[in-house]
Amino acid sequence: MMKIVVCVKQVPDTTEIKIDPVKNTLIRTGVPSILNPFDRNAVETALQLKDTYGASVTVLSMGPPQAKAVLREALSMGADRAYLITDRAFGGSDTYATSYILSSAIRHLGPFDVVLGGKQAIDGDTGQTAPSIAEHLDMIRLTYIMSMEIEGDKVIAKRQVEEGVEVIEARLPVLCTATKETNKPRYATIRGKLESLKAEIPELTLEDMKDIIDTTKIGLKGSPTKVKATFTPKRTATGVRIEGGPQKMAASLLDCLKESKVL
Amino acid sequence: MALLYTEEQKELIALVRDMAEHEIKPYVQEADEKGECPRELFDWGFKMGLHMLEIPAQYGGTGLSYETTAMIFEELAKVDAGYAITFVTTFVALRNVILAGTPEQAQYFADIINRGSFAGFALTEPNAGSDPAGIRGSAVLDGDEYVLNATKTFITNGALSDIYVGFFKTSPEAGHKGISAFIIDRNTPGVSVGAHENKMGLRLSNTTDLIFENVRVPKDRMLGPEGSGFKLALNALNLSRAFVATLAVGIMQRALDEAVKYAKERKQFNTPIINFQMVQALLADMAIKVEASRCLVNNTMRMMDAGSLVQKEGSITKTFVTDCAQEVTSNAVQVFGGYGYSREYPVEKLMRDVKVFQIFEGTNQIQRMTIANVLNKEYK
Repeated sequence: MMKIVVCVKQVPDTTEIKIDPVKNTLIRTGVPSILNPFDRNAVETALQLKDTYGASVTVLSMGPPQAKAVLREALSMGADRAYLITDRAFGGSDTYATSYILSSAIRHLGPFDVVLGGKQAIDGDTGQTAPSIAEHLDMIRLTYIMSMEIEGDKVIAKRQVEEGVEVIEARLPVLCTATKETNKPRYATIRGKLESLKAEIPELTLEDMKDIIDTTKIGLKGSPTKVKATFTPKRTATGVRIEGGPQKMAASLLDCLKESKVL
Repeated sequence: MALLYTEEQKELIALVRDMAEHEIKPYVQEADEKGECPRELFDWGFKMGLHMLEIPAQYGGTGLSYETTAMIFEELAKVDAGYAITFVTTFVALRNVILAGTPEQAQYFADIINRGSFAGFALTEPNAGSDPAGIRGSAVLDGDEYVLNATKTFITNGALSDIYVGFFKTSPEAGHKGISAFIIDRNTPGVSVGAHENKMGLRLSNTTDLIFENVRVPKDRMLGPEGSGFKLALNALNLSRAFVATLAVGIMQRALDEAVKYAKERKQFNTPIINFQMVQALLADMAIKVEASRCLVNNTMRMMDAGSLVQKEGSITKTFVTDCAQEVTSNAVQVFGGYGYSREYPVEKLMRDVKVFQIFEGTNQIQRMTIANVLNKEYK
C-alpha cells in the first residue's frame, strides 16, 4: 500500500491579526492558532489519494505541544496517524534547519512514496520549507499542484504555472505542494472528530533521531538566516480626493485607475 | 452563554457551525422561498453524521449523550431549524424503533437511514391531531400479514423518507389501547406520498400527507406487542418535545444575535438605537429568555441521559421555551422596525419558523393540560 506523509504547521490566524495603531506592530495576543490553510489542502490531497488508490496517511508537525491541535485536526479529517516533532534543541530553527529536521523525521518514519505540504505558511510566507525537504531527501519536487494521479510507480501531476498548466510525469517518490486551488478540503465527521480528540499523538525528539541528525544543522545555531529586525512598513502612498459631479468623478476615477495600471 | 461546555462539546459545536455557516447558510433564503431544501444540502449533514448523533455504535451511530446532541442541533438551528428538524425527526424515529422493537428491526431501520435516507413518523390524521387516540387508520390481520389503510397528514419528512413508523388501530373499539405501531417501507405497494404542505415557516422541512391503501406488511413489522403503539407514540413525543425545544433555543439565539448587531449599527437621532432604553429593555428581555430556555433544555436533556422519562419536564420545557421563542423572534422584528418586516432581512423568517413550535409535538395548550394532570397526581 502507498505510504503518504503530510507536513503541516500551526499558524496564527492572520485574518484575525490587527495592527496596533500606536506602536505600528502586530497584535498577537488572543489570536487563535489554526492549521495552515494550504496544509489543509495538502491533507485533503493525501486523503483523496487514499480514497482513490488506498494509502496510509501520516501527518507530521514540528512545534511545541500545543501544535498537537492541528495534528488532531488532520486526524479528524481522516489521516491515519500523527507525530509531533518537538524538542528544545529544535527551537529557533529557520526554514533550512526546519526542513532538515522534518526530512530527518521522514527518513526515520519512512520510506514514503509521497510527501505533501502546503505551498507556504500564512505566517512566514517563505514557501521554502517543503521544497527544501525534497532537497534534503534528494526527491523530485512538484510545487503548486492542481491534481495528481498515480499510475504504477509514476505520478502524473498538473502544475499551476503563470503561463498555464503544466502536466508532469515523475517517478515516485515525489514531494508535492498544494494550494487553495488544488481542492476543497473536507469537513471532519462527528465520529472523526471524537476519535481525534482521544487519539494518542506520539512525540519525536532529538533523542529518537540522534543517529540520523547532525546537531550542527538544527535550532538557532544551525540556522544560516538570522532575523535582524521586524517592522511594519510605513504606508507612503497618499489618497487622492476626487471632486465634482457624478460623471466627472467617474471619469477621473477611471483615469486614475488606468494611470496606476489597475485597468 | 450560560452552559459549561466540555472541550469535546466545544469542538463538535465549532465543527457543525463551520459546516452550516459555509455550506448551508448561503442557500437558506432561496430554499425558504421555494419551500424545498436541495438534497445536496442534506448530504453535508449526512456526511458529517448528523443523522446518527445519539444512536449507539452497534447501529452505526456515534453514541453521543442527549445533552451533547442537543448542543449540536441548537447550533444547526441557528442557521435553519427546518434543516435541523429533518435530522431530528429521523433519529427520533430510529431511537423509538430501538426502544420498542427487536434488535433485528432496529438494525433494519438503521441500515436504511445509514444508506442516506431520512425517516418519518406517521401518527397525525386529518381528524386526529391533539387527540391521537382518535385515529381511524386500520391494521387488519390477514394470514401472516397486516393490511394497513390510513390517510396521514402533516408528516415531517413525508417525501424524503424511505422508511416510516406508522400508527394504526388493530382494535378499532379499544381507544388508545387499540393502537399498534409498524415499520413500513416507502416502496411497499399501496404507500403513496400525498400533497406537499405549503407552510408559513420551517420551509426547508418537508411536510406531506401519506396515503396507505391496502398496504400489506409482514407480521414481524409490528413494533412491540399489539396495542402498545400509543405508549410508543407518547415516548417518542417526550423525546421530540425536548429536541424541538432545543431547536427553538437556536432560533431565538439567532434572533437575539441579529437584533443586537442591528441595534448597534442602526442610527436614529444621531446615535445607535442600542443607546435607547426602550430598545435596551427589549434586548435584555430577549437575552433573559434565551438563557433561561437554554438552561431548561439542558436540564431536561441531562435528565433524559440519566434515564428519566421527562413527561412533565418535557412538557414544561417545550411550552416555556417555545412561548419564549415566539416572543423573542417577534421582538427581534420589532428591533429591526420596518426592515424587520422585510424579507431582505433575516428576522421575519425566524418569526415564521418558530410559530409552529407552539403547535406541533402537542400544542402548548395540550402541554399545559398534561402538566396539570401530572400535578394533580403528584399532590394526592
